[in-house]
Amino acid sequence: MNESTNPSWAASNRANARALALWTTAWVGATALLAFGPAFLWDYNPAVTLVALLLQVGIGVGMILALRKQIAGLDEMQQKIQLQASASTLAVGLVMAGAYELLEDVRLISFSPEISHMMMIMAVTYVFLVFMGQRSYQ
Amino acid sequence: MKNRLKVLRAERDWTQAQLADALEVSRQTVNAIEKGKFDPSLPLAFRIARLFELPIEQIFEE
Repeated sequence: MNESTNPSWAASNRANARALALWTTAWVGATALLAFGPAFLWDYNPAVTLVALLLQVGIGVGMILALRKQIAGLDEMQQKIQLQASASTLAVGLVMAGAYELLEDVRLISFSPEISHMMMIMAVTYVFLVFMGQRSYQ
Repeated sequence: MKNRLKVLRAERDWTQAQLADALEVSRQTVNAIEKGKFDPSLPLAFRIARLFELPIEQIFEE
């Protein structure tokens, strides 16, 4: 058997991962532009803000499609790891968001809950669960 | 599920990476199947059987 009988599968996976990384980077940039642009770049001009919003959502859709393609290209064990991590992250996000949102209402915290905090919790949970999933099959 | 993947691969002097390339899966997946930590789907089991030119039941057993 040659060293690499069919490098196209691995090469395709690498290309999908690179595309996803590019879309994600672009989405982070577009989100930052939407968050800080109105105050620091165009003085809350509604038309420019609307363009920035459409750009952010459009790139977000591109990122989602890139993620779907990347996951579809993985093998069945990798897909299973991703599925388990995604499902658990969704559940953790749902439970944590419900509890976190109530913290201010019941006066356990004095600040308003931020969606960005939940995004960080979900991101950390997802990365941790993917890592643990990969370890469980080693 | 037990399997003879590691033995069959060794008989042919293939590395895990070579087998993974041939099956279009990751090397980690080949390793997990060999160790019995991951059971392949029926389509993947058929691909393995075709590659080794053996019936599935000569590779996998309960």
